[in-house]
Amino acid sequence: MKFSEFNWNALPDATGHFGAYGGRFIAETLMEPIYQLEQAYSSLKADPAFQAEFDRDLKHYVGRPSPLYFAERLTRELGGAKIFLKREDLNHTGAHKINNTIGQAILAKHMGKTRIIAETGAGQHGVASATIAARLGLECVVYMGAEDVKRQAPNVFRMKLLGATVVPVHSGSKTLKDALNEAMRDWVTNVDNTFYIIGTVAGPHPYPAMVRDFQSVIGREARQQILEQDGRLPDALVACVGGGSNAIGLFHPFLADESVAIYGVEAAGSGISTGKHAAPLTAGKSGVLHGNRTYLMEDDNGQIIETHSISAGLDYPGVGPEHSWLKDLGRAQYVAVTDAQAMEGFHTLTRKEGIIPALESSHAMAYVMELAPKMAKDQSIIMCLSGRGDKDINTIARLEGITL
Amino acid sequence: MSRIEACFQALKAQGKKALIPYVTAGDPHPSITVPLMHQMVEAGASIIELGVPFSDPMADGPTIQLAHERSLVHNTSLTDILAMVQTFRQTNQTTPVVLMGYLNPIEIMGYEAFAQAAQAAGVDGVLTVDLPPEEGKEVLPLFKAHGLDPIFLVAPTTPAHRMQAIAEAASGFVYYVSLKGVTGANTLDTAEVAARLAKMREYTDLPLGVGFGIKDAATAAAVGQVADAVVVGSALIKQVEATPEDHTTIIKNISGLLASMRSALDA
Ligand SMILES: Cc1ncc(COP(=O)(O)O)c(C=O)c1O
Repeated sequence: MKFSEFNWNALPDATGHFGAYGGRFIAETLMEPIYQLEQAYSSLKADPAFQAEFDRDLKHYVGRPSPLYFAERLTRELGGAKIFLKREDLNHTGAHKINNTIGQAILAKHMGKTRIIAETGAGQHGVASATIAARLGLECVVYMGAEDVKRQAPNVFRMKLLGATVVPVHSGSKTLKDALNEAMRDWVTNVDNTFYIIGTVAGPHPYPAMVRDFQSVIGREARQQILEQDGRLPDALVACVGGGSNAIGLFHPFLADESVAIYGVEAAGSGISTGKHAAPLTAGKSGVLHGNRTYLMEDDNGQIIETHSISAGLDYPGVGPEHSWLKDLGRAQYVAVTDAQAMEGFHTLTRKEGIIPALESSHAMAYVMELAPKMAKDQSIIMCLSGRGDKDINTIARLEGITL
Repeated sequence: MSRIEACFQALKAQGKKALIPYVTAGDPHPSITVPLMHQMVEAGASIIELGVPFSDPMADGPTIQLAHERSLVHNTSLTDILAMVQTFRQTNQTTPVVLMGYLNPIEIMGYEAFAQAAQAAGVDGVLTVDLPPEEGKEVLPLFKAHGLDPIFLVAPTTPAHRMQAIAEAASGFVYYVSLKGVTGANTLDTAEVAARLAKMREYTDLPLGVGFGIKDAATAAAVGQVADAVVVGSALIKQVEATPEDHTTIIKNISGLLASMRSALDA
């Protein structure tokens, strides 16, 4: 297949599939609501007034476009390709997550829903949802694994300040997947007045497509910015992959640019060989979870395996179905970096560029440190700096034996 | 004639309603399941719904979630559960058994392999909570080819055109979920249920079962007035929760609750 000739906007197909992946694997109670959502979204998507409202909010509330920053010192230190950082960390609330919550909240309002729910891992999506709920005067309930409530305490407090109810989830592994289960249970019970804002490109159709559409602003801006600043397309894109929303947001507008290599970076935790990781694309197999078919971390009986990552936002056993499809197609490559490598990425970016990245984004940084030196000096990489690291300082202090 | 069809015919001839208990296989220990199945039949169960535990039971409330967790402590697998059904079948060839669970354990075993093994073990129906008819184009024909009735849920949110699509895909019986929400939720409006069943009746001649919110003899009897079958799950599993170490008491309490429902339904 010639990537340059493929119609990348043709998928998912009408039934929500990316090849074998995606779909709508949900309980009957949610089927009609999901069709209603799909209908509402496709009519709004075609509505210029909606696009204008979305663009206006992105500009004046989020602060877009986010800069594409040439990291000159880091580039010199690594001695290879020029490194450009797409600064999603500079968005209002500190991560890319807000792009998507703005879009979905406008949709929720349009559908007449008065209550929004969300799941969150790192707390960034929870904060973004609570933020938009505060602004629109909607009730907001955020489900968060009890483990993540502990390790992302600053974000829990932010959500509460914003007026959201944070519900710690004690079932299963007490992390992101369990928060998603619990949010689904809430949705199935309160579907009449409730809009579920999923925070990544997972879940049943139309979520993976809708969240991709909202996040694609990242790649559209970056493509234009690099052409302005460097006069040519980048040679590589690098983004971390939890559910995969910041990654697909950066990648999607470049898919037809055959010369651009695409790397998604998963969390290898303690190392792929230890089994303690969160890298379904690197070491998992296809299965069905949370409403879609995708690569999963599962055992031989089809039970989902507990994941391990230093980063709460990457600590998820599945991944958005479009990534599974891009992997099988060979259009994107998926790699994994360990907790230790991510820590090195964290410190490097902090010390060399004065930018404290989120632990999620630090995974992308760690891979850039591996990739850049192997490339020529006239080549370039765009890395998605998906979020800022303030939320992680407690985790980092603890790991390094420092009491704050 | 399938076991499920024969079961409903026999009940109809006697003017009785089907009583369908749900228990999670392997909860609290795999050794209890086969004896429990036999005892439930003794107590008046018409069909047994056997839950296949899953690590992420998104459509289930806390009671059944915990049942899945208790079972998975013992790594109860789909293969183990098929073996339980096979053992049950050694002495019971008439009571239908329906497996209820999520798609992933079936998908990983392989659709064809599962359908063959389930048929060989003596399974009669399969209710896959997260497999709507739309996603079943590949697997549903395999179920039918192997004598497995695909059982589907119909919900309060299901519009008429979906009722029709479900009626076309279903066999055995159709399971009406009386509430929005997860398993184990409360309160049930019998008049509302009756109206919804009447609507579903326009699209199918299959027996109509009702579940979610049935917790005692009184609610069972009320639903029995309007439905062909009454499904009870969380209320039984609460009996497991009460004395997880004491299998004798679990079997006694579950059988007792079922027997009270049976006599309320027959009264
Ligand atoms: C800063 C940041 N980056 C990345 C992620 C991972 O999510 P996704 O893969 O959907 O971008 C998160 C999730 O919480 C996050 O907070």
